[in-house]
Amino acid sequence: MALLEVRDLDVRFALRQGEVRALRDVNFTLDRGERLGIVGESGAGKSVVAFSLLNLIARPGHIAGGSIRFDGQELTGLGERGLRRIRGNRISMIFQDPLMTLNPVLSIGEQMVECLKAHRRISRREARTVALHKLQQVQIPSPATRLDQYPHELSGGMRQRVIIAIALLLDPDIIIADEPTTALDVTIQAEIMALLRELCEKHNVGLILITHDLGVVSQVTQRMLVMYAGRVIEQGPTREIINDPQHPYTQGLMNALPQMATPGSHLNQIRGSMPSLSQLPPGCAFHPRCDFMHRADGSARHACAERVPDFVASGNCRVACHMVAEMLALDARPAEEEAR
Amino acid sequence: MTTLTEAQAQHVASPGSPPPLLEVRGLRKRFSLSGDFLDQLRFKGGRLVRHREFVHAINGVDLAIQRGEALCVVGESGCGKSTVARTVMGLISPSAGEIRYAGERIDRLSPKALLPYRKRMQMIFQNPYASLNPRMTIQQTLEEPIRLHHPDWDRRRVRDKVTEVMAAVGIEPDWGGRFGHEFSGGQRQRIAIARALAVDPEFIVADEPISALDVSIQAQVLNLLMDAQRERDLTYLFITHDLAVVEHFGTRVAVMYLGTVCEVATTATLFATPRHPYTQALLSAIPRLEDDRPQPIRLTGEVPTPVNLPSGCVFHGRCPHAEPRCRREVPVLRPQADGSRVACHAVEEGRL
Repeated sequence: MALLEVRDLDVRFALRQGEVRALRDVNFTLDRGERLGIVGESGAGKSVVAFSLLNLIARPGHIAGGSIRFDGQELTGLGERGLRRIRGNRISMIFQDPLMTLNPVLSIGEQMVECLKAHRRISRREARTVALHKLQQVQIPSPATRLDQYPHELSGGMRQRVIIAIALLLDPDIIIADEPTTALDVTIQAEIMALLRELCEKHNVGLILITHDLGVVSQVTQRMLVMYAGRVIEQGPTREIINDPQHPYTQGLMNALPQMATPGSHLNQIRGSMPSLSQLPPGCAFHPRCDFMHRADGSARHACAERVPDFVASGNCRVACHMVAEMLALDARPAEEEAR
Repeated sequence: MTTLTEAQAQHVASPGSPPPLLEVRGLRKRFSLSGDFLDQLRFKGGRLVRHREFVHAINGVDLAIQRGEALCVVGESGCGKSTVARTVMGLISPSAGEIRYAGERIDRLSPKALLPYRKRMQMIFQNPYASLNPRMTIQQTLEEPIRLHHPDWDRRRVRDKVTEVMAAVGIEPDWGGRFGHEFSGGQRQRIAIARALAVDPEFIVADEPISALDVSIQAQVLNLLMDAQRERDLTYLFITHDLAVVEHFGTRVAVMYLGTVCEVATTATLFATPRHPYTQALLSAIPRLEDDRPQPIRLTGEVPTPVNLPSGCVFHGRCPHAEPRCRREVPVLRPQADGSRVACHAVEEGRL
């Protein structure tokens, strides 16, 4: 059984203008020690997934349906006390902006000791030793000095290392990292990502990495989900999706990258922009931007504008697209006829 | 010293060619951290002393941009790339150095004398949420620069020009009555580009114009900038931290680190054979889609603050090839056999 199993997750925000469905039909699993990437553009709902796993969705948002099972335990209906036993302890989280995450008036050491003492019966001195050990693990130079420094005395890269050390403090089963390197420079990003990957491998920690950067997902994760307008539209092994994306949106996203084009040539852009969640088009949410609304012979694929596509299995991947479903059906037919 | 600066070397190399469209020589900019005169006074050992601290944002930058090219300036945050852009545009004045536009020196002109140059040079900013006046309609936003630079034009001519640039960047003409907040980031950046194009400039400084946008929108805006370059014969100074964009968009690249240029080369040369150790590390750190690429070069240490600049080469603290000379002596940009210019002792000595 998977360590984490998310079924039909449905998150809604009750706004004055009406109810907005931020997530719908989100399904995925995470095995022990597995690294999963969630990609999408801003507003696709990737962060909402991260926050809802630990029930951190603030009002007016709420989990309206679905199930989140972690190590056999259902998290959606769990009370604050039960959640506190899991948050930071068995599932920890790394946020985008390290300066916002650390308390500016507490030294690094105090924040780490505080965190340990909240979850374990441990003396202050022992806690400091554990904290020092974790700072060494994230390769911070002169860790003993850092314990008594304040967040503002550290650079952005160092702060993010401290955050990773705090995330690892209680030997969690899963780390959720929400755009952990977006605020950092490329060379620092490369260091932090390599570090995160190494630590997860070494300690068999599962990683859910949320990012908009397909390059980062490709370098770090084993499986990935692509999100668009609050839904997962494609999921599967990272290498397979990167090498052969099935969904037109994933294809468009990859083809839009400058590194996929000849320098100076016209980039393959996706027209238009992602719809607002409160004004989703009927049918497939991507259909107004999709190049495959019309078949090669010019006939319209009416289903795209009318029915929300179901997931179809394509190789090891699952794709929610009418066009892909149609192609797969066409591929399957000759084989059936031969069998007859 | 017999070494030539980059700009001088270029003149020696091609004495008969026309001057570059934009030329920057020995540009320096420092910002005071210590406030006004009274804030700077301190008591030390019973005496009143004046204490001043500076951020050394740019420390001697030489650049030349030829007509029709797109020069990309890349570097990490705090390397001074945006300060270069703003100084070139005259938005901040340099502490030292010269800026020449089409051979004429423009860094010491009065605002009035600068006005004709402002029509020829325009700027696109990073954040389209901040660069559009929220109280102006799109029509007003686009008309303002035209009215300023063409006071003799009648209403009809101004309006025709606005319609033309709106069409050029793909904004519907009937959006003119709407305000900036009604548009998405990508559409706002189109409007900002339209505003820059409205006065028919020949030179555009774009400071991270696509960094705030989503991937699919980045491609749209980048295509738009490339189309505009082709159709209007534009020259770009393009500031970015995204090397993939540079590889796609730039004709030449200048890599900056801590206020100095460490390597200048044509885009193809730089990406094929990066020479400076910092450029090599930067290129290896791009997260690529392929899985068979070598491990990134891992730099040790942190970027030093531009308040207390390191001695010698600014990169020596993180450089895997640093030697005692690098700590003492500041390297200068030297022409290489492949046409690039590199400021590195290791490259000069043939160690790298």
